Amino acid sequence: MSRKSRAERFADAPGDGALLEVEDVKTYFRTERGTVRAVDGVSFSLERGKTLGIVGESGCGKSVLSRSVMGLLPKQNLIREGSIKFEGSEVANLVQKDMQRFWGTQMSMIFQDPMTSLNPVMKIGNQITESLRYHLDVDKSFARETAVALLASVGIPEPKRRLSEYPHQLSGGMRQRVMIAIALACGPKLLFADEPTTALDVTVQAQILDLLQAQQRERFMGMILVTHDLGVVAGRADDIAVMYAGRIVEKASARTLFTEMRHPYTEALMKSIPKLSDKSHTRLAAIAGRPPDLVGERKGCSFAARCPYAQPRCREEDPTLVDGATLGHQYACFFPVGTPEGREALARNQDALDTTVDATDTTVTPGVG
Amino acid sequence: MGFLLRRLALLVPVLLVVSFLTFMLMSLREGGPEVNFLGPRAVQDLSICDDPELDLNTQTACEETIAIREELNLDDPLLVRYFSWLGNAIQGDFGDSVITGVPVSQTISERLPTSIALMLYAQFIALAIAIPMGIISAYRANGVVDKSTTGLSFALIAIPSFVLALVLLFFLGVKLDEVLSDRFGWAVDPFPTRYDIDASFSDKAAALFLPALTLGLGLAAVYQRLLRTDLVATLHEDFIFMAKAKGIPARRILFRHALRPSLFSLITVVGIQVGALIGGTIVVEQIFLVPGLGLVITQGIFKFDYQVVQASVLVITFIYVMVNFFVDILYGVLDPRVRHARSAR
Amino acid sequence: MRDPRADSSLSESLPSNSLYVESALEMRTDAIVSEVHGASGAPADAIRRRLGFGFWLAASWLVLVTLLAVFGPLLPLDDPKALVGESKESFSTEHWLGTDSLGRDLLSRTVSGARISLIVGFAAVAGGLIVGGTIGLIAGFRRGWFERTSMAGGDILLSFPAVVLALAIVSFRGRDLWDIVLTLFILSVAPILRLTRANSLQWSQREFVQASRVLGAKDSTILRREVLPNVLMPLASLALVGVAIVIVAEGTLAFLGLGIESAFGVADPVSWGKMVLEGSKDLETAPHIAFVPATALFLTVLALNFAGDKIRGHFDVKESAL
Repeated sequence: MSRKSRAERFADAPGDGALLEVEDVKTYFRTERGTVRAVDGVSFSLERGKTLGIVGESGCGKSVLSRSVMGLLPKQNLIREGSIKFEGSEVANLVQKDMQRFWGTQMSMIFQDPMTSLNPVMKIGNQITESLRYHLDVDKSFARETAVALLASVGIPEPKRRLSEYPHQLSGGMRQRVMIAIALACGPKLLFADEPTTALDVTVQAQILDLLQAQQRERFMGMILVTHDLGVVAGRADDIAVMYAGRIVEKASARTLFTEMRHPYTEALMKSIPKLSDKSHTRLAAIAGRPPDLVGERKGCSFAARCPYAQPRCREEDPTLVDGATLGHQYACFFPVGTPEGREALARNQDALDTTVDATDTTVTPGVG
Repeated sequence: MGFLLRRLALLVPVLLVVSFLTFMLMSLREGGPEVNFLGPRAVQDLSICDDPELDLNTQTACEETIAIREELNLDDPLLVRYFSWLGNAIQGDFGDSVITGVPVSQTISERLPTSIALMLYAQFIALAIAIPMGIISAYRANGVVDKSTTGLSFALIAIPSFVLALVLLFFLGVKLDEVLSDRFGWAVDPFPTRYDIDASFSDKAAALFLPALTLGLGLAAVYQRLLRTDLVATLHEDFIFMAKAKGIPARRILFRHALRPSLFSLITVVGIQVGALIGGTIVVEQIFLVPGLGLVITQGIFKFDYQVVQASVLVITFIYVMVNFFVDILYGVLDPRVRHARSAR
Repeated sequence: MRDPRADSSLSESLPSNSLYVESALEMRTDAIVSEVHGASGAPADAIRRRLGFGFWLAASWLVLVTLLAVFGPLLPLDDPKALVGESKESFSTEHWLGTDSLGRDLLSRTVSGARISLIVGFAAVAGGLIVGGTIGLIAGFRRGWFERTSMAGGDILLSFPAVVLALAIVSFRGRDLWDIVLTLFILSVAPILRLTRANSLQWSQREFVQASRVLGAKDSTILRREVLPNVLMPLASLALVGVAIVIVAEGTLAFLGLGIESAFGVADPVSWGKMVLEGSKDLETAPHIAFVPATALFLTVLALNFAGDKIRGHFDVKESAL
């Protein structure tokens, strides 16, 4: 099969329905310590031209999820289940060779660290034109012109000169722009951005995020923005999914999530964002404890150990996603924030804590302070 | 360019110190350099020579010692002797062999090309085996091919070159000939080991095959392990994921993205291994009686031909230092990161 | 993928054995592999490999060889130098490993040869560890002129191809056991110096060491309490591989006819390299004469390399980006 026919075949796929539908995806790694349940039953869907933010602290499985959906994980010691539909067709079971047709042209990815994600011994020009030449079967000079246009469109000055430079000759922000140019080169319909700004200076972060948003609108792409920072997705994502211990614990449109959050973990994440309205020297609320070990069977709610609302039931039973009041809002909690049950649970824990403090007269840091 | 100059500036003192140490080798012998030529006959305390009632033997020994001391200019200060020796050496004058009387430089220029040919041959065999094997085992890491190749390499590294030479000599040089003539009645010698300096190129290549294979197998094991480890690490790098996410086929990723940087590491190690290769060459030349510089050294040691040994050590060490120098330069030219870092420094 | 020059202190350290060149790279790979797992919640340091069956097999062989070397004279074996049988006998119940061309028992000769190999190997490397290790430790910790001088010295020593230097020293110096040990000790100093310095440097810049410096601990105390323990394991692993290299070097010298001429006042001691040399003359008629000692040498070197490799992997020194 020639390159051209491959490109043509996917040039005009069906346009109706969701761009990406993910059903109960599980991704486990077999390790010497046991099976690591990095992603443990995640479902979501994404429309064309929309942005989904996936938020969670490091080690919650969000990066594994995006790589798993793209089919990029190394096959060794990997267990992957569930259904992934891209434009209605199932891609979860495709072998690498078939997935290859989707990568670059249909779905593309931007990685966290622009320092390590560009080939250090390959000229930037070649890294961009490589996929153009391969997927679109264009000639060399056309590919170079396209590359220059791409670099210009992601805001790189003197794009022509950059083509013959190596990654280490550019600053971090510039490299991330180059990565975006590479990811966008073949006009993908879906873009995964895996912590695209974590490795960058704060001053550059906003620029890169704005660039991503602008490109997404212009190209009417679907985008999945993976981050540990709720502040990054605020105002940029249409929907937000909060992940904890390999699962989505709360999912809603951005507006709903910020106004009616139900899961204590979402609340904790929210409290850890500094606000301008706070007085200076206000202590930021950290989430006590560590993310849970993902090895072995889970019992009860994974967040129970760190949760200020946790009740005996939370340690026994595993909560599933239930629908909230607003359409599309789902959360997995028995004692949701902002409900009578939640308030009661919090009060009960507070009472218990006070008694302990009184009895022992020591300072105990509450779960969320 | 600046880097090159700095590196060159460093090369000069290294060569000076190395040549000084080589010059000093002669003095390692208890009693001083003259003992190297006269053995126990050398007179340690020349004041006894002034005694008019010396017996004839001592008198001759005295004369010989004085003659040698004069020839070696032992009465001059050490540094003066060193620089005059070095000055001659640079002009290619290493003196004459005390055994054969042939100029040492003539022996070296006759024998050195054979040794260099043997080493290049060995490197060629090593790379021809190691690069494909390293790529295959890294690409299918922990697969059957990988495990057996890597295990074999580990074992090969543990075989001393003189043992490997005997194993090959026994199986390919002796047993194979036997099998061929007994079973098939072919009186051929597929792996001849007699090297004739005037033979044709193909005859020479055939004669050098077993020695080169001995050296090459050991090196191949080293290179294969290195390339595999390096490639496996490279294949886990983010930029490989990135290339995959671009939809580039696996084979192209392997060769275009992963292999290139790993080959840079290999080049460095190829240079470093020249030291081991030189040692191995001395051994296999002895076993297969290849008339190279290694054989000159070992025979020189047995015959107490010190001029020859000293000069050969100097020449070989000089070559080794220069090879590493050029590998270092080459590495900088090839790898863009180092190139820029160096020119920026 | 990495800049190999970053590892150059290591990779240049052992011209005659590659295991260390690649060990640095392997550490990287381990780190990367565990990062992948680590990303999914497993703390990287919790993944500790067990030493495994192979390690214990290698260790058993080394213990056996050591015991034979030490207690060999007490065993009911033939005198290794006595002519006890026919020439070139093959394996038999009488002479388990056969006899050599003079009719000497190969088993007792092989056992006897183990002593020389082990003495030379361990003595030379022990000396190298004491001298090279100490200098390297201080060089990495103190930096400055001391580091520059000692590293330059090491560079000079490494400028000579190892075997050539050994041949040169041996030919001008003499061939008593201690001359050979001295020669191989000189060869082992520079690689050990380089590795120790690289490790010491790296640990000396760690926060906890800097912290004790700031707290006013004495340099010698910091070196002993904080740096040395961390440098010890990579060094132990290097020492095992180093012993293997030295044993091979001794064998090579002996095979070239430049082996030990006298040991502890006894002339012409048995050594594996010399046995292989003698056997190589009868390769066509009686290959076992050469291959028996060669196998003993090979297994010992293999066991040392393997044990060194495993120890390095077990105490995974992966944080030390050597």
